Amino acid sequence: MNRMLSAKRLSSIRHAQFYCLGALLLLFTAPFALRAQVIQTETSKGATVRIAVADFKPGSSDPQTGTLKTTFDSTLFADLANAGIFDIVSKSLLPQSIPGSPAEINIQQWAAPPAAAAMVAFGSFGVEGGRITCNGFLFDAKNQQYPQVLAKQYNEEASDDSARQIAHRFADEIIFRLSGGTPGIAESKIFYVKVTGADKDIWEMDYDGANQHAITHLGTVSLSPRVSPDNSRIAFSSLGREGFQIRMYSLLLGRMVTFSGAGGTNLSPAWAPNGKDIAYSSSRSGDPEIWISDANGSLARRITTFRGPDVSPAFNPRTGAQIAWISGRTGLPQLYIMDTDGSAVQRMTDGGYATSVSWSPNGQFLAFAWDRKYGPGAPGGQDIYVMEIATKKWIQLTHDGGRCDFPSWSPDGRHIVYANTADGKASHMKIMTMLADGTDKRALTGPGADMPNWSWK
Amino acid sequence: MSAVQVQLRKSLVLVATFVTLAAVTGCHKKASGVNPSTLGPAPAEAAPAPTATITADPLAIDLGQSVVLNWRSQNATSVTIDGIGPVNLNGTQTVSPSNSTEFHMTAKGDGGTTEATVRVTVRVPVTPTAPPANTADMGSEAAFHQNVQDIFFDYDSFDLRPDASTSITQAASYLNAHPAIKVVIGGYCDDRGSAEYNLALGENRANAARTALTSAGVAANRLRVISYGKEKQFCTEETESCWQQNRRAQFSLDR
Repeated sequence: MNRMLSAKRLSSIRHAQFYCLGALLLLFTAPFALRAQVIQTETSKGATVRIAVADFKPGSSDPQTGTLKTTFDSTLFADLANAGIFDIVSKSLLPQSIPGSPAEINIQQWAAPPAAAAMVAFGSFGVEGGRITCNGFLFDAKNQQYPQVLAKQYNEEASDDSARQIAHRFADEIIFRLSGGTPGIAESKIFYVKVTGADKDIWEMDYDGANQHAITHLGTVSLSPRVSPDNSRIAFSSLGREGFQIRMYSLLLGRMVTFSGAGGTNLSPAWAPNGKDIAYSSSRSGDPEIWISDANGSLARRITTFRGPDVSPAFNPRTGAQIAWISGRTGLPQLYIMDTDGSAVQRMTDGGYATSVSWSPNGQFLAFAWDRKYGPGAPGGQDIYVMEIATKKWIQLTHDGGRCDFPSWSPDGRHIVYANTADGKASHMKIMTMLADGTDKRALTGPGADMPNWSWK
Repeated sequence: MSAVQVQLRKSLVLVATFVTLAAVTGCHKKASGVNPSTLGPAPAEAAPAPTATITADPLAIDLGQSVVLNWRSQNATSVTIDGIGPVNLNGTQTVSPSNSTEFHMTAKGDGGTTEATVRVTVRVPVTPTAPPANTADMGSEAAFHQNVQDIFFDYDSFDLRPDASTSITQAASYLNAHPAIKVVIGGYCDDRGSAEYNLALGENRANAARTALTSAGVAANRLRVISYGKEKQFCTEETESCWQQNRRAQFSLDR
């Protein structure tokens, strides 16, 4: 027997009212037969907007147009398909004509079966004089009198990356309008650890896995990248002569910047949503505890006081007033939350081995890695779970896919990126993404990528 | 009354008479027995031998330091000290010998010659010959690993096991006997579990070893702790024996 939770976010309610989205129950039947739990996350499947994404019309005869338009078309299609709120019309069902402007579209053709689209995205894309000119439109096929919802024009230097970024920006405009006001994530970035031989450096990629490139070249083991809320800095921890220390890289300056060191092992930084405070694990007092300092490492103050590992803090990104973290104070690591002054400590998991917590943007959920039957020879493995904080009810998002770790929420709260190794070998770790209900899993990288961190916007 | 005064006056006259007689007669008898040749300022057979003492303070010095010589003589006419030359009959002098020296004092006098010596030891530092001295100090790498053995931990635990306590005792006695050795304690975990948590756990393991060593008398400032978590695996097989090798606090020389 199932219980439904009233875990709807305000925006979910809004878009449910507006486009009949949302409100699909995710059923999860726990292995203990009678105890089934239901959580509705940001992502909902089922009654979604049916959208047709036309290939854009070539806007010029420049030879570059063809290849860049292919990049643009596939990126836009993928962005909308991955958004988690659309029912995408298969390209084979689209009308033959390719409209490049509002004057050229016969909206009835798109509203009628087999396309049966509620929304149509179309436009023109051309290269002239080394610059891309792109006009994008979104039409409401059900409103034949005034169908235009959105019209955007882009003009950028002609390059493959520009074509992709234009597609991302246009996709985000569409998603913003059709998702009930939640900005899209197509322009967001994912920071991660790239394994190269014995070294681990910090890398960055677009949210869809494109444009993978190195940020640091420190030639040592760097872990746990966390980007600041304004995308200006990356905090991480790096192995030096004095062990692991918090390091800071400025994305604006393109170089390392100062972060005051401290004794002991310092690791797993986490940004407060105000962008001014950083929580991290520090053993300067002899035992790993959660500390909070400013973004330069100054004014450090200790938050936890318990023997045993305290590590992997994550601020509540909505309030900044709470921290979730992992503590081994009772033995195997468990998930806890507390206020940022160290009070109101609450244990969230009831056993097993829980690690790597990420707090959802709306503040309602915790995503974490959990091995519920941890131990040599125990059944099951380490999988990604989402827990609703108010009720401590959880759902399991990955199953039998090998070891999973380091979930990180997308800015819209609809996606979770995580690391996965199918055969359990650390060298085979790759970065995967999925919707926050566990569907639409796909790999963003090949092997040798770990510890993803999704940007705040 | 008058009878007493008369008798006293008689007695005084008698005394004066005897004194006068003695003065006139006695002297001549004595002077006649003196041998003039024996008259002189220092008759030879009667002159005592000179004495000589010399001391040094301190008796042993390091090269470059100085020492105070102090000598005394009696019945001497001249005193010399080898290496210094003629000196006063009694005196002190500060000297700074460059190597161990016997200060030899000769006191000459009419009564003869007397000698005295004092030995001042100068400690000249031996020029260090670098490699052997250091090796002796630090002990060899092999001896270190033989005596200071890695300690192993139970699964997801940072409590010292009984076998680890034995290793710690042996390690502490070796380290206490070789005070020049500094040690890096590395904390390691097996590759199960999560990277961040394992780094904290490794820190706890290394700190447990450090605390045990300091409790056994090893100075804390000789011990440096680094957690490697699961980032540096010794053994990469998925077996319990392999995992056990990775769950350890490892000691190495801090150079």
